[in-house]
Amino acid sequence: MGLSNAQINTTTLPKVEDTFLQGVKECLPTLLGYLSIGFAAGVVEKTAGLSILEIALLSFILYAGSGQFIAAGMIGAGSSATAIIITIFFVNLRHILLSAALSPYFRHLTPIKNMLVGALLTDETFGVAINKAAKRKQISEKWMHGLNITAYLNWVAANVAGAYFGQWISNPEKFGLDFALPAMFIGLLVLTIASRGKVKLDIIVGIMAIIIGVGASVMFSASIGVIVATIIASTIGMVIEKWK
Amino acid sequence: MEVRAGILLIILGTAIVTFIPRVLPLMILTRFELPEWATRWLSFVPISVMAALVGQELLMNDGEVALTTNTVEILAALPTFLVAIKTKSLLATVVVGILSLMALRFIFI
Repeated sequence: MGLSNAQINTTTLPKVEDTFLQGVKECLPTLLGYLSIGFAAGVVEKTAGLSILEIALLSFILYAGSGQFIAAGMIGAGSSATAIIITIFFVNLRHILLSAALSPYFRHLTPIKNMLVGALLTDETFGVAINKAAKRKQISEKWMHGLNITAYLNWVAANVAGAYFGQWISNPEKFGLDFALPAMFIGLLVLTIASRGKVKLDIIVGIMAIIIGVGASVMFSASIGVIVATIIASTIGMVIEKWK
Repeated sequence: MEVRAGILLIILGTAIVTFIPRVLPLMILTRFELPEWATRWLSFVPISVMAALVGQELLMNDGEVALTTNTVEILAALPTFLVAIKTKSLLATVVVGILSLMALRFIFI
């Protein structure tokens, strides 16, 4: 009986690539990017006059890269709470598209569990997750939590470290660390294209997104630029694919 | 070491307006089958978002197109793209990107 149970259990055990620990592992390549950006964010937040405890709370509760930079800048400039909250809403509105794009892979979870999955969603964890999704129908909840929580804790630690050590580092740009973020987006973009097998079409969509994104950013703002570029470029991709 | 009430209000307010777009689509869209065109459209969202972010990072500065001030960044992007395509490794891409920019700044600035 023990033996047959053991055999049944091995078949129902989660596959290695679906575990929490595997999610942690697959987050590791993004950590360098998070560390440098989080560190820079901590420096900026400290310069804006926030205490280390306030910076820790901001990273824990808001948890948004560009959002925290902008919030810190606005706090430093003495903007009203209302203006800051409205601005951050627009800056972070792109998550609606990321969350929607992940939704087909989380149909097996309840709404509450999906809320927990989405609560820690970022550009980077989204990029890693959507690559994982390319080869399968669904993403494991535990794997996603491993990925999300690793990124989350690393982000908070990097912010606090930046706030603490920032006063002694005058020029982080000298070491090229400010390139960690664009390099990470380049890596995620290439990996996503490579995993889909629609290289030509994806490159067309990517170039359209860059052109529209830059144009719309000049006309409106960087955060609206990303949203406009995503909506139009994705529509172009959908229409071209339908045609063929 | 203190937390001012005004700052706490800003933190909570910005967190709520960030939380809602993060979780609502996952909570709602997983409940029903999307039409074929919608899933097709969503399949292009990752490419579009990442490309738009790369474009902003490389080509823009302070809300303006800045091809001349960003020359070293644009040059550093070339080996970064190559390594990403060759290795398909996120870590290698980030490391090569940082080293390329550091080397280019050392040479040109």
